[in-house]
Amino acid sequence: MREIGRFFSGFANRNGLPVAIYLLVAVSTWIFVLVILPQLTMFDFSFRHNLPPPKIGGPEDVHTLEQYRYFVMGNEITGGGVNTLDIAVLFKTLVAAVFVTIIDLAICYPVAYLLAQSSEGSAKRLLVLALIVPFWVNEILRAFAFRILFGATGVINGAGMQLGLWDAPIDFIGGNVALYAGLAYAYILLMIFPLYNAIESLDRNQIEAARDMGASWAQVHRRVVIPYAKPGIASGSTMVFMLTAGALAAPQILGGPSSLWFTQIIYQWFNSGGNWPRGSAYAVILLAICIMFVLLIMRVFKVSIGEIGR
Amino acid sequence: MTKDITLDHVSVSFGDYTAVDDAHLTIAGGEFFSFLGPSGCGKTTLLRCISGFQEPSWGEVRIGGKNMAGVGPNKRPTALIFQNLALFPLMSVADNIAFPLEVRGIDRKARRKRADELLELIALPGQGDKKVGELSGGQKQRVAIARALAVEPDILLLDEPLSALDLKLRQHMRRELRAIQQQVGLTFIYITHDQGEALTMSDRVAVMSRGKVEQVADPRTVYDQPASSFVASFVGENNALPGKVLESGDGRMVIDIGLAAPVTVAAGKGRGRKLKVGEACHVFVRPESVAINGDGDINRFNATVIREEFEGQVRHLIVKSGETELRVTQVGYGNGASGTGASVAMSFAPELAVPLPIGHLASA
Ligand SMILES: Nc1ncnc2c1ncn2[C@@H]1O[C@H](COP(=O)(O)OP(=O)(O)OP(=O)(O)O)[C@@H](O)[C@H]1O
Ligand SMILES: [Mg+2]
Repeated sequence: MREIGRFFSGFANRNGLPVAIYLLVAVSTWIFVLVILPQLTMFDFSFRHNLPPPKIGGPEDVHTLEQYRYFVMGNEITGGGVNTLDIAVLFKTLVAAVFVTIIDLAICYPVAYLLAQSSEGSAKRLLVLALIVPFWVNEILRAFAFRILFGATGVINGAGMQLGLWDAPIDFIGGNVALYAGLAYAYILLMIFPLYNAIESLDRNQIEAARDMGASWAQVHRRVVIPYAKPGIASGSTMVFMLTAGALAAPQILGGPSSLWFTQIIYQWFNSGGNWPRGSAYAVILLAICIMFVLLIMRVFKVSIGEIGR
Repeated sequence: MTKDITLDHVSVSFGDYTAVDDAHLTIAGGEFFSFLGPSGCGKTTLLRCISGFQEPSWGEVRIGGKNMAGVGPNKRPTALIFQNLALFPLMSVADNIAFPLEVRGIDRKARRKRADELLELIALPGQGDKKVGELSGGQKQRVAIARALAVEPDILLLDEPLSALDLKLRQHMRRELRAIQQQVGLTFIYITHDQGEALTMSDRVAVMSRGKVEQVADPRTVYDQPASSFVASFVGENNALPGKVLESGDGRMVIDIGLAAPVTVAAGKGRGRKLKVGEACHVFVRPESVAINGDGDINRFNATVIREEFEGQVRHLIVKSGETELRVTQVGYGNGASGTGASVAMSFAPELAVPLPIGHLASA
């Protein structure tokens, strides 16, 4: 807090009081009205009963852990005992998000490395542009395009069968290949740029020094580049993981008939289920579990939260 | 065991630009060999050819008689110390030093032992657990040397390793580097644009300019018998006096350099080049080779002191005779003659003047 105060007075001195006040108002509006307030409302919602509108604010409108209990224990209809169904979906969602994060990391690390360390000037700008421009296409359109691409009569099955690699159409949608591909593609930029920024500031001479001392390329990456890029890897992975776990459109459109994403359950509670408190509770659970998971992983890899901000 | 390094007509081009132009020389195993030249003359590029980061555009590099074309930097018996050292900031000092051993799969204990030995050698015992960032400039320097020595390379390549240090530390490190070299008996190939460094440490020096190797010789020869006007003007201070040959024959040349009378210089005999009558040339006379109020008869001329620069143990006089300006250095107070405007008699021995054909000079 003291630091923020110091920053503010310094900023006011340099840019004048009106600009500083504008900054203060804009940032606090953003944080309080657009971030904290809605989240708090949701949080409060998640501790209430699902009441019909007339009863809201009435004597029955009290705080309760019912919605959380439901997530853990289910109810009579689901057979009592543990709510294995929803817990399994949450677990599957997390595993899938980890999987997508790893795919993105595997794809983006080499690209970011080459972009940062070898190509030069104009070629680099062109490459970056080629990465960004496809993301002007909106998410829904992209998801449907992937559906067509991976469909039974899609380009991939068509080409594969033409070349004689397989003879009956492969069910990429049912096997969730399309979903993983779609999700991995959707957040690729969020992985590339933090990696690129981290690797770009690495002194080329360090890589050459390691080479000169006999390190193979694998050793150069393992001992020099990756430790240096760790904050970038952490921030990219966190973003991709969080956004994948919270994605809705891609699982909705590209998911196979048997696959259910945890966000889809949340959506159902809000939408067709008409139970906002339960939807809120599920959303809070997703957020809390994701944050805990990320913190755990960061502890395992010895990254501090401050490094991610770099 | 020690391996000679041969540069066989090595050239390197970047597009139209020739960074190294036909370097042809052999460095003996165990030698302390320096490349000396101004910034941008291609020293680093040449060193990268030896270490394997740069393939020559023409010619070949041989180490111990083996052609190095296609041999990667990690497969050559060379260790390079970078201009900015390139220590690994995230590793401890000991891990830095042991890195070459680590990548060769040597176990932790043996690595630690070797690192401790090397820390002993570079006079930093017991500092292995420090972070690189906690070291001073000179200490980092020594760690970089220890890291390069860890796997006992045959050849150590050093790219201006002392340029970031202050004067005192630099002089100290010069002695230390030389001592380490004699202790471990490796070939050192040393790059510098600092002639003092090259002359004090090296067995032999290659002077480079604009991508070309102008002279390869021991420091004394480079200083006393420069092979080209660039070498004469770059190494040490020198008066470059443009002139024209009037007479040339039996060991003597008479050259008009704009003084009241033409001067006589020794021709050939290692010092300078024998030139033809009528040829334009430069006569190089070192500031310390000019005697003030001496008793020499030959090449005697009168001059006026126009400026004096006091530098502690030596004193520089800038004198003018006719249209010719000369820089003269005296130890202590020399033969009196002082004060701006004083008139002095100067002379220099014919053997101390070096006549060379016109060529490009080092820019001041
Ligand atoms: N990869 C490259 N591409 C194009 N030109 C280059 C490249 N590397 C070096 N050069 C050019 O070659 C010339 C010699 O460079 P080099 O680094 O060998 O100089 P140097 O003698 O080491 O200079 P310094 O003392 O400043 O380090 C320079 O003009 C430089 O611009
Ligand atoms: Mg250089």
